[in-house]
Amino acid sequence: MADTELVRNRKPLTLVFAYVGRIALRLVSDFGAMAIFFFLAFVNIFRRKQVFEIVSQTYYIGARSSLIVMLVGFFTGMVLGLQLFYTLVKFGAVGVLGSAVALSLIRELGPVLTAVMITARAGSAMAAEMGIMRISEQVDALYTMRIDPVRYLISPRIAASIISFPLLTAFFDLIGIFGGYISGVLLLGTNAGTYFYRVQSSVNMVDIRGGFIKALVFAVIVSTICCFQGYFCHMRSQYGAKAVGLATISAVVLSCVMILIADYVVTSFLM
Amino acid sequence: MATDTPLIEFRDVTKQFGDRTVLAGVNLKIYENKITTIIGKSGTGKSVLLKHIIGLLKPDEGTILYQGKPLNTMKTGEWEQYRSRVAYLFQNNALLDSMTVSENVALPLRQTTNLGKKEIDKRVRKRIADLELVDALEKYPSELSGGMQKRVALARALVTDPTIVLFDEPTTGQDPIRKNMILSMIVHYRRKFGFTAIMISHDIPDVFFISDQIVILWEGMVGFEGSYEEAIRLKHPMIDEFLRSLEGFEDQLTGLLSREAFRVHYGAMLGGAETMPAVSAALFSVEFDLLQDALGPLAALEVLRSLGEYTNRYFRSVGGFSARHSRDEILTIFPHTSRDEAQQMVTEFARQLEQEALANIQSNAQTTIGAQACFEVYVHAGVTEVSPTDEINQIIERARENQHIVATHRCDTGGSA
Repeated sequence: MADTELVRNRKPLTLVFAYVGRIALRLVSDFGAMAIFFFLAFVNIFRRKQVFEIVSQTYYIGARSSLIVMLVGFFTGMVLGLQLFYTLVKFGAVGVLGSAVALSLIRELGPVLTAVMITARAGSAMAAEMGIMRISEQVDALYTMRIDPVRYLISPRIAASIISFPLLTAFFDLIGIFGGYISGVLLLGTNAGTYFYRVQSSVNMVDIRGGFIKALVFAVIVSTICCFQGYFCHMRSQYGAKAVGLATISAVVLSCVMILIADYVVTSFLM
Repeated sequence: MATDTPLIEFRDVTKQFGDRTVLAGVNLKIYENKITTIIGKSGTGKSVLLKHIIGLLKPDEGTILYQGKPLNTMKTGEWEQYRSRVAYLFQNNALLDSMTVSENVALPLRQTTNLGKKEIDKRVRKRIADLELVDALEKYPSELSGGMQKRVALARALVTDPTIVLFDEPTTGQDPIRKNMILSMIVHYRRKFGFTAIMISHDIPDVFFISDQIVILWEGMVGFEGSYEEAIRLKHPMIDEFLRSLEGFEDQLTGLLSREAFRVHYGAMLGGAETMPAVSAALFSVEFDLLQDALGPLAALEVLRSLGEYTNRYFRSVGGFSARHSRDEILTIFPHTSRDEAQQMVTEFARQLEQEALANIQSNAQTTIGAQACFEVYVHAGVTEVSPTDEINQIIERARENQHIVATHRCDTGGSA
């Protein structure tokens, strides 16, 4: 009751500052906790008895996501080929279609869209799985068996993400360039030799390295956020299945937002 | 280590969640090789107390000691060694639902030991065979019944050979037969593997039959610590509000009176008469442990249930009243009956029991454990006279001294021995 009175008597401007302050404190605290969480999980990747779990998670996060990633990559490349063809034709520069498609994919769209697709497919599953294990006391059960839950559950997922993201990004880029070839060359009639010559001549190792660096950063961000949200879903104000649902939503939304923010930050460093 | 040093001791342990104090200075001693049962109303901190023992929660204030050594001062190696001795059986089993039964049981060995695959398989198969789960080896937890899941959880808890096993409401949500089966299973495997059991349970009186020590948590503190007999004699609102109300009037397994209701009947019988008429008592028992070894816990409980029901039906018609006073002992009081008359009644009862009730046991057991299984059932009975000053325990002691076999069933002869 006293607290309510206190809030009522405050001036509106104070309330706004208090609200912003609370949000800021929570964000700083959450990101700090996530950083520690990632550090603990990362250190444990190199412990014994991890190989089997890492391989099985790589299969689940990486191999099982490859089809959807390649499908999205193919159509992204086709759309790029189509859009860029009609833009470049206005400037009489259709010859550089191969460069435009390849660089857009390798530098930007490949890492970002791959990360978003894996977030949707494997990230949400990670958050939900961790959340269910938490609310059904399976995480506590691991602890009682002297199995460190972070080592057993989180480390293999983070390792598998670090392995899978760059590989899937490479697949995405490759299939995307092929998609651009289908729409730009086969459907719209650009010269095939020119297309591939431009791809070969304009793409440097720096571009590929930049794309892989982004993929690695996104792997860390997505796996940490998704595992963190699920693992600590019992700390939310909601309980049970609802907490798992909210954790999954937070995991996907926060991952997507952080992918885009990190994309800008990493790009600005790489340029 | 001195024998009187408790295995685990709580000293002024306090735990708060936000503004709510769950444990408010708990002092408790738990001794080796005993079954200690913790009871208390919902929200009194029973599970919180158990989770402190295994380190899932840490006390805000106070100390927990293991063999006299505070847990919070243990070095990493000591702490790991301590934890390797403790296993925890969760209320909802907490089996990893994406793994099969064998993978669940093997998990602690695979992750925390350096044993080879062959040795792990051997140990897992042994525990799975011990707990009669061979048919469920490659099944997932969701494909098993509640009782089987409980056994898988127990197999997983016992596969590392712990010396302390913590049971968090192991019988919740089970029917009376299953409840007793799980409790029998705990006793059976404790005898077989030798561990200290600390259990949270509300299955009164069944849980008391297997417990060496009862702990009642009351308003965040230990309200009572001792035996069931001591608890029931205690005059305290905690006992009236909680213990007696939980026990109810009827034993769920057999349909006989609860011990408390029996006590009230007995008191009324003695107090109601101006001059004490002749009163006699008979103590019936079966060798439950032998039956369980031969038939398995489910069929053994079925025998016990049949005996209880038959006793109730038979003696109630002649004015007697009965209650189970230990896991496999039934005490019947015969008002207005001399010892000789009671002896005659018991002989006649035993004859009918042998002809009717025990004859059905074999067919029941055959459906449960298979037609080839062979076993023996011996029903013991002892009769004694009752005097107005007798406590129920004294009657039981005297009757026990007079016990002899009154009815038998042997499957190889197809009937009585």
